[in-house]
Amino acid sequence: MNKYMIYLNTKRCIGCHGCEIHCKTNKKLPFGAILCEIDHQPLTSIRGVPKTEFSFRSCYQCDEPYCASICPTGAISKREDGIVLVDEEKCIGCMACAGACPWGVPQLNQEKNKMVKCDFCVDRVDQGMEPVCVTKCTTQALRFVTLTRF
Amino acid sequence: MKKTVYSMCGMCTVRCPIRVEVEDNEVIWIEGNPHLLGGALCAKGSAGTALVKDDERPQQPLIREGGRGAGRWRKASWSEALDYIAGKLTAIKQEYGPESLVVSSRGGPWQAMYKTFCHAFGSPNYTNHDSTCGRNTHHASLSINGVGRKGFIYDIKNSKHLVLFGRNMFASLRIAENLQTMDMLQKGGRLTYVDVRQTMTGLKATRFFQVRPGTDYALALGFIHEIIKRQLYDKAFIERYVADFDSLCTFVEEYTPAWAAKECGVKEKAILAFIDEVAEDMPQVIFHPGWMLSRYKDSFYASRALHILNVLMGNIEIKGGLIMPKGPGDCGKPGIRNFDCPKPDIKRADGVGWKYKHFDKGPGLQHLFFDAMRTGEPYPVKAWIAMRHDPFTAMPDPQAQKLAFDNCDLLVSIDTHYSEFGWYCDVILPESMYLERDNPVCVQKGPKPRLAVRQKAVEPLYDTKPGWEIFKLLADRLDLQEYFPHSTIEDIWAWQLEPTGLSIDDFKDKGFVSLTDEAIMYDRDKLDGKFKTPSGKIEIISNKLTDAGLESLKPYESPTKPPKGQFRLVFGRSAVHTHGHTINNILLYELMPENTLWINTKVAAKLNVKEGEIVDVIAVDGFKQRIKAHVTDFIHPECVFTVHGFGRQVPLQTRAYHAGMSDQKLMVGMLESWDQAGGGMNLCESFVTVRRSARNPKRRVEL
Repeated sequence: MNKYMIYLNTKRCIGCHGCEIHCKTNKKLPFGAILCEIDHQPLTSIRGVPKTEFSFRSCYQCDEPYCASICPTGAISKREDGIVLVDEEKCIGCMACAGACPWGVPQLNQEKNKMVKCDFCVDRVDQGMEPVCVTKCTTQALRFVTLTRF
Repeated sequence: MKKTVYSMCGMCTVRCPIRVEVEDNEVIWIEGNPHLLGGALCAKGSAGTALVKDDERPQQPLIREGGRGAGRWRKASWSEALDYIAGKLTAIKQEYGPESLVVSSRGGPWQAMYKTFCHAFGSPNYTNHDSTCGRNTHHASLSINGVGRKGFIYDIKNSKHLVLFGRNMFASLRIAENLQTMDMLQKGGRLTYVDVRQTMTGLKATRFFQVRPGTDYALALGFIHEIIKRQLYDKAFIERYVADFDSLCTFVEEYTPAWAAKECGVKEKAILAFIDEVAEDMPQVIFHPGWMLSRYKDSFYASRALHILNVLMGNIEIKGGLIMPKGPGDCGKPGIRNFDCPKPDIKRADGVGWKYKHFDKGPGLQHLFFDAMRTGEPYPVKAWIAMRHDPFTAMPDPQAQKLAFDNCDLLVSIDTHYSEFGWYCDVILPESMYLERDNPVCVQKGPKPRLAVRQKAVEPLYDTKPGWEIFKLLADRLDLQEYFPHSTIEDIWAWQLEPTGLSIDDFKDKGFVSLTDEAIMYDRDKLDGKFKTPSGKIEIISNKLTDAGLESLKPYESPTKPPKGQFRLVFGRSAVHTHGHTINNILLYELMPENTLWINTKVAAKLNVKEGEIVDVIAVDGFKQRIKAHVTDFIHPECVFTVHGFGRQVPLQTRAYHAGMSDQKLMVGMLESWDQAGGGMNLCESFVTVRRSARNPKRRVEL
């Protein structure tokens, strides 16, 4: 079972796209690759105020990740805590994972010719910190949540 | 080796506190200062890492070789460029007198240095960008409260209701304020938002008034009418501190909510319901008096009305209201030293102080220098040094500005990036970007005042210099050393901090020094002397305005309807860009490479324009730009909207070059259109024609 998730308090989110840039700078990604995305529904008027719901999407860290099973070099694996991550050493940049993922989550870092995906900033998590999108969220709308079974 | 530096962001002029991690002279991490912001930072703040590495910024001083604006530059050493400027300035001084120099900046906590340089040279003509920003609000506050717009801090966190007139705070981000507002809303507070279109801020509102463009004043008058009619105002506060309250009561009699509703195109019952809410939430209701209100011809009076609404709430110097900022003196501590030189006793070329006596003499009014350039009256303006200020982006009609600037013998731009104005200048002096430079210590006033400093995180990548050194080196060449005696930033800091007993090391752990642990509040029954008006009271009628032949309570005039087929051009911000400064930043460019033109769905249908199609936007003289349309229900049909700062024309900025449309270039003839009472420019008073562009292909013809 996945241990973590990133939760968006949509009431606090202001759609400023900070998280997207925080992520890109932390992973040193070149133009093109964006690992998380803030989006919103078209506006609808609710009691006179045009409103919308924001959504935050990074990687769902699937229970049975297609990206991992299709990878020809075994570069993608799922850790015990549920985080699905790419081993850059093994990755050959073939992009099979990008095609296998229903949401096209893994992306090519064209500078390195390696695949890159959201891994909840696993290096930070292992040091007891939170993913960068959460740490630096402009309005503290994103939260890194540890899941517990009822 | 890894090091941590506490500093100040510089991606916009909010200057949020940041913590930076550096390894081998490379910035590897920027976050909001954890001591103040808990790490929170916006997209622009993080994109500072891209600005450091950006090779499309000036990398050494440049001296113009071809005609102005032709883009032919000679790379120069610092000594060559500074000698060139000093030589020109000396010749201009000899021929026209020192007062023919104007120094302009954006403003901010380090203005003292630029102002000192200007005054020491012998010119009274220091100015800043505020006539295209907060001047109307500032003068409105001065005329009522006797203190400027920075004379109050808004305690949003503890308020119950925040009312914003077009103050789109979730796009014009100030992180500390944004966090406060979110906390307030999460506690069940209310947010009322007034604008001509729905924005990110409006999305978070509990009540939204989409008004007809230019009718803010009417809505505010309707509010005042109803609050007075229901006698909701703080009677004790008004009795004690307010003069001429009766004139206000008489004046607003005719401005009923029913009238305001009709004028603004909103529902009367919504206004009445809003006043019900205000009655419940008083006195912790904050009417934000506006930030950038250089918009409509009556924005000054709209801002006055908003200030008056705060007075009616009696929210001054209470928790959850408007708090007077405290400085070192209020904490019983000595202040810091700063650069200073008395202003030369010469009348200003913009007329402020002698021709226009009701304006704040500090930075004057920048747009009024063009007349002096064109006519040579009251005396010629021949040299302009723009310190990180871009008149061609900030002000309307750059073409008209160029004709005026052509009368100058020397134009200098000191900036971290190529500005539109810089490209037209004679010399570009590249300032090190904010992560590469130190700045003098500054005081941050507030309920809990602080001293703060920007400290260099990395060594400059190119041959650039910090602002303090540029002014020091220029001063050396002009025999003004006595005003700039320090040759290192360490000397400046030590000299500034000497009276306080602090040293720069005290800033190392947090980037700031708090001057008090507890918020300082004045006794609300003893606010006498705090309102710096002539009478010492909050003045509904300002004699300064009366003496200038202006009304304090100006009867409302309905805004001009756009001529048939035309639209009022309004502009604003996006959360991912800072006007023109960041368009070329590769990370932010990726998020928002160009702007769009917001246009109302019904209007667009009549023009046969669909979402994403290209439209021509045509100014009154036929000047045309093209832009993609964003068709939406949530903008008033009388206006079209675009994000300011795009449509840049500096070829060396390859990403920003001709990306999107620039609103200020469509404001043809608007350089003369300014508010005689408030001093601000009327930047939302121009009309444009919009039509479906012939660039939308009907058939594809290739080969």
